[in-house]
Amino acid sequence: MLPKKVKKRASLLAITLLVSVTGIFFILQSLNKNILYFKSPTDIKNNQNINFDKKIRVGGMVKKNSLIINEEEIKFIITDFNNELKISFSGTVPNLFSEEKGVVAEGKLQDKTFFVADRILAKHDENYMPPELKDIMKKNAK
Amino acid sequence: MFKILNLSNIFYWIEKLIGFINSIFFILLLVALSFALIFSPPDYLQGDSVRIMYVHVPSAWIGLASFSSIAILSIAHFIFKIKNIKLITKSIAPIGLMFTCLAIVTGSIWGQPTWGTWWVWDARITSMLILALFYIGFISTHKFITDENKANKISSIIAIIGLINIPIIKYSVDWWNTLHQPASIKLTGESSIHSSMLMPLLLMFFVLILYCALIFLMKYKTEIIRIKKKNLNRL
Repeated sequence: MLPKKVKKRASLLAITLLVSVTGIFFILQSLNKNILYFKSPTDIKNNQNINFDKKIRVGGMVKKNSLIINEEEIKFIITDFNNELKISFSGTVPNLFSEEKGVVAEGKLQDKTFFVADRILAKHDENYMPPELKDIMKKNAK
Repeated sequence: MFKILNLSNIFYWIEKLIGFINSIFFILLLVALSFALIFSPPDYLQGDSVRIMYVHVPSAWIGLASFSSIAILSIAHFIFKIKNIKLITKSIAPIGLMFTCLAIVTGSIWGQPTWGTWWVWDARITSMLILALFYIGFISTHKFITDENKANKISSIIAIIGLINIPIIKYSVDWWNTLHQPASIKLTGESSIHSSMLMPLLLMFFVLILYCALIFLMKYKTEIIRIKKKNLNRL
């Protein structure tokens, strides 16, 4: 059998690990809302007490055919396929920003359906493929 | 039975391994880099900036894998007090830190053209930064604490606590909303990365693993020389 000292160290280690895992679990649980990098339009709809002066981030997909670009501003709609949020932004957007792609907007809510962004980040998905393949997929979809 | 743990024996095998890796490393590096940078197709959305992935993703994997192995070996060291294990963990740490920092830096360079920002505090990126801090903590205990037994104990505990961070990094993109996209390569199920890009990625991973092994072996060799200088012949 193992010497007594070894057993003692092993049990000490097991207890330390158990305690720190539970500790970190509860910390993460209570921080859960703050770890979220952005809120979805549904989160905003369901949230009763929104602080309209605080900067927040919302994220989702840019709705198809919703992007309007004119000289002063860029307008589009963020959707999570349940709820939508109108966004207005004036400034430069990242290269990957386009319709039907993920986006995160940072700024202030004006009311529950309208959001003025002062920064736009593009969020891309986990799909990687060569351009020829994308064309083929598009054709097949049609 | 413990003949294999004899220092001269270990030394001999390390020398052989280093020679072997050196002989194939540069050729493989050239092949992998030319596949990653020239022959692989650009991405349909990101264009050529996707090529950063071929360094970024393997670096992150190696950073995580190195820390996991350090932590698991540290558990063994903490319980059984085998000195050789400590030498191994001490030798993995610097190259692991290097790859973790490389993952963070390349990620930052990649984030600027694609996401539109150098840095955000989302769960994946922050937990990766914490991993780098654990590495720094682990390495600096050996640098700053002169009492060897004490340093070994403290660094083992740092590594074991840091082990909890590893699943948090891995699953951060699934548990929380992050700017970082979810994993493309899944342990189960189909990968969402096209095979013409997956192949160079795995090749780069293999080459960087070889590099990691090379630096590890060199560091391990110096650690053994240091022990030998103290006139101890067994670990």
